[in-house]
Amino acid sequence: MAVTMHANIVSAEGQIFSGTVEQLYAPGIMGELGIYPRHTQLLTHLKPGEVRVVVSDNHEEFFYVSGGILEVQPHVVTLLADTALRAKDIDAAAAEEARRHAEEMMAGSHASDFDFARAKAELAEAVAQLKTIEDLRRKMKGARHA
Amino acid sequence: MASGKEIRTKIKSVQSTRKITSAMEMVAASKMRKAQEMMIASRPYAENIRRVIDHLMFAHHEYRHLFMRSRPVSRVGIIVISTDRGLCGGLNTNIFKTVTTLMKGYRDQSVEVSLCAIGSKGGSFFKRFGGNVVAKKSHLGDKPTVEMLIGTVKVMLDKFYSGEIDKLELVYNRFVNTMSQQPVVDQILPIVASQENKQLRHHWDYIYEPEAKEVLDGLLMRFVESSVYQGVVENNACEQSARMVAMKAATDNAGELIDGLQLAYNKARQAAITQELSEIVGGASAV
Repeated sequence: MAVTMHANIVSAEGQIFSGTVEQLYAPGIMGELGIYPRHTQLLTHLKPGEVRVVVSDNHEEFFYVSGGILEVQPHVVTLLADTALRAKDIDAAAAEEARRHAEEMMAGSHASDFDFARAKAELAEAVAQLKTIEDLRRKMKGARHA
Repeated sequence: MASGKEIRTKIKSVQSTRKITSAMEMVAASKMRKAQEMMIASRPYAENIRRVIDHLMFAHHEYRHLFMRSRPVSRVGIIVISTDRGLCGGLNTNIFKTVTTLMKGYRDQSVEVSLCAIGSKGGSFFKRFGGNVVAKKSHLGDKPTVEMLIGTVKVMLDKFYSGEIDKLELVYNRFVNTMSQQPVVDQILPIVASQENKQLRHHWDYIYEPEAKEVLDGLLMRFVESSVYQGVVENNACEQSARMVAMKAATDNAGELIDGLQLAYNKARQAAITQELSEIVGGASAV
């Protein structure tokens, strides 16, 4: 039997592959990587591309990753796949948006976020209306009795 | 005593309220299942990245990343995860109580606090309560993705890089089981090693491709994002189960209320009949 290692391929939203493999091929940022058991410790970024896992001589599996990080230990390979497309400017835009949201909120622009507060206000109003109707009824009844 | 008609209207209104709460309970129950599945699905990533980080902590570095060095704390960043909607029992209240205690503790040590609010409840709470909110993200929906969190996390990471905060904490509800959720405070940065793993204490280091700094930046950023994401999905599962429990209690209470009202209604009706009868009898005997 061939020498094997353990491979974990995970993304933030779920496990993709976990098991014993003979070889693993991944698209490293500096070029295609072929990992065999007892590879030295390695940590690298991945670029979008195909990951090929050789489970046994006649059994291979293919996955697509849109980037991520590969960690290699002599007997364990961990591939942390990204679920989102990553680029510096996209990240920066997202950060800017989050900051702006916070500022808007602190400045006191009333966004439609507070649906619970609104529902509570509506509830209070409805209760007040009910009470008025009840009072009216009671008054009318009193008038009738008199 | 209120007349029969009044009681009947009240019964009707409580009945319709009960219908709403029981519908919300069922919706929450089905969402809870999905939220729990998501929570479980996100665990392998969190575990694996944690393991990689642990390896990293024990590696013999030529380069030690900023996120792994602890420094004297004079300013703290807190990421608070809350829900977008209410009607989920004391879930948010517990979180805010934890955060305010934490903030008070820091204030006593004259440590400044910057907040990052995920979920609109947190935003509106800190607006009322006061607090320096530097980033905010809401409306993550039932299916939050890591992509949605990148921005907010980056704001905090940038602050950590620039030295505006010296420590980053995450406050969220941990899912214990359907009936109980527990607010927890996790330290994210600087990274703390989870356990002492002796056998890894060798003189080795990774081969980094391309550069140690670049790879570690990417890895640690993903680690922080994954921690926050894990917190978000866990909080989401908590929200649904808390809502389910709260709505179940509301439905039960409405049922009790209806029973009581029904009894009052029956009594009122009986009293009316008796009165009518006695009036007839009285009238007949008077003739």
